[in-house]
Amino acid sequence: MFPFSFEWAWDIGHAVFFGGFWFAISILGAGMTFCILKAAYDTMNDSGESHH
Amino acid sequence: MDSALIPEGAKRCSFPKFAIGIAIVSAVILWGAVAMGLIWWKGLNQTNMNDYYGFALWIWADLAIIAVGGGAFFTGLLKYIFKIDELKNIINFAVIIGFICYSSALYILAIDIGQPLRGWFIFWHANVHSMLTEVAFCLSAYFAVLTIEFIPNILENRQANKVPFFNHLAHNMHGVMAVFAATGAFLSFFHQGSLGGVAGVMFGRPFAVREGLLIWPWTFFLFTWSAAAFGPCFTLLVTRITEAVTGKKLVSDKTVHLLAKISGWMIVTYIIAKIIDTIYWAMVTAPSLGFTLSHFYTNNSFYGYWILITEIVLCGVVPGAILIMKSTRENPKLRLMAIILGVIGICLNRWVMVLQIMAVPVMSFDTWALYFPSWQEIATTILPIAYGIILIAVAYRYLPVFPQEKELNSVEPLTEAE
Repeated sequence: MFPFSFEWAWDIGHAVFFGGFWFAISILGAGMTFCILKAAYDTMNDSGESHH
Repeated sequence: MDSALIPEGAKRCSFPKFAIGIAIVSAVILWGAVAMGLIWWKGLNQTNMNDYYGFALWIWADLAIIAVGGGAFFTGLLKYIFKIDELKNIINFAVIIGFICYSSALYILAIDIGQPLRGWFIFWHANVHSMLTEVAFCLSAYFAVLTIEFIPNILENRQANKVPFFNHLAHNMHGVMAVFAATGAFLSFFHQGSLGGVAGVMFGRPFAVREGLLIWPWTFFLFTWSAAAFGPCFTLLVTRITEAVTGKKLVSDKTVHLLAKISGWMIVTYIIAKIIDTIYWAMVTAPSLGFTLSHFYTNNSFYGYWILITEIVLCGVVPGAILIMKSTRENPKLRLMAIILGVIGICLNRWVMVLQIMAVPVMSFDTWALYFPSWQEIATTILPIAYGIILIAVAYRYLPVFPQEKELNSVEPLTEAE
C-alpha cells in the first residue's frame, strides 16, 4: 500500500493499482477538504443565507 | 414526538406506529446478526460452501446488489456530467439506494472473508495482479463517494440545516458534486467491470471464460453495461414500492418515464451485445475448449436451457422492448412488469456467472455439483434487505429525499403514511 511496506515494488502493477487508488482518494480528500474549509470560512463570514 | 425533525410541510405517520414498524423489521436484523455471530465465532463451517463452492450465495448477493446499486452511479453520471436536470427529482433516492447496496456489499464481504480482523490485508498487502483487489479498492472508494453524496441530504434535515456550518457545508458539497460523481463513475466502471472480468479470465472454467480486448474479457464490459442498464430499473422499483407503502406520489411521471426510457435503451443495447457474446461463446469459444452447449445445460436437476432463455429473452429482451416504446413505457402496469423483470434478469445473470460456473463439471470424472445454502448464509443475506428497509424508512421520515413530494401531493389532503 505504501512504498515502505516490505512487499512494495516499483513496477507497473503497483503503479497502476495504487496510482489509480490514491488518485481517487486524493480527489475525494481534496474535494471534502475544500468543502469543509469553505463552509468554515462562510460560517465565519456568514451573510445570513445560502442557497441549495 | 419527533415532529421537529420531519421535513417542513410533510405529513408522516405517528412516532409509535413508525417505531413498531422499525421494531418488526429489526427482528429480521436480529436473526441475521445471530447467524453473523455464529459465522464469526465458529467460522465458515457454518456455511454449505465446500471445495466446489468457494464462491456461493454471498458472492452472488454481493454481485447482485452491486449491479442493482449501479443505478446510483449511472443516475449521478447522467445528472451531474451529462446535465440531465430532470433527474434531480430522483437522484437523492438513487444515492440512498446505492449507499444501502454498497454498504451491504461490504458487510457481506466482511463475513465472507472468514477472518474479518485481517480485512485490511487486501489494501496493505495488495496482490496487484488480482481483479478482486481492484474490486476491493474501487468498492471501498466508491462507498466513500456514496457517503459523500448522501451527506448533503442528511445535512438538509430540518434541524441540522439550522446549524450555519452544516448549511454551508451542504451548499458547498452540492457545488462540487460533479467532481464526486465523475470519480464515482470512474470507480464504478472499473469495479463493475472487474467483477465480470473475474469470471471471464477463468480459463479453467469453459462456462465462464471469454475472449476480449487486451487484458479485459468481454464479461468486463458486459457487467458494467448491465449495471448501468438495470441499476435504474431497481431505483424505479424501490421508488414504486416506497410510493405504494407511503400512499403518496413521490416522483413525477415525467422523471420516471425519462429514467425508464434511458434504462430501456441501455437494456436493448446491452442485450444485443449479450446475445452476440453468448452465440460466439456457444459456437466458437466453448467448442474450441472441447465442450458443446448442451454440456452446460443438461444432465442435472436444475440448470437447464430455461435459465438461459429466462435471463436473455424473458428478463432482457422483453423489459427492453417494453421500456423503449412510449406506449408501453407510459403504461404503469407494463412499466412495473418490465422493471421487475429487469431486476430479476440482472440477479439471474449474476447467479449464472457465480453459481452455475461452479456447478458445471469440468473434468471428465466430474459430475454436476449443486448447492443449497445453510440457514446462516440465508439469514446473513436477508439481513441487508431489512437494513435497507429501515434506512429508507428513516431517510424518508426525516430527510427531504423527494423534492417533488409537496407539489405532487398538494391537491388532495396528505394521507397518513409510512
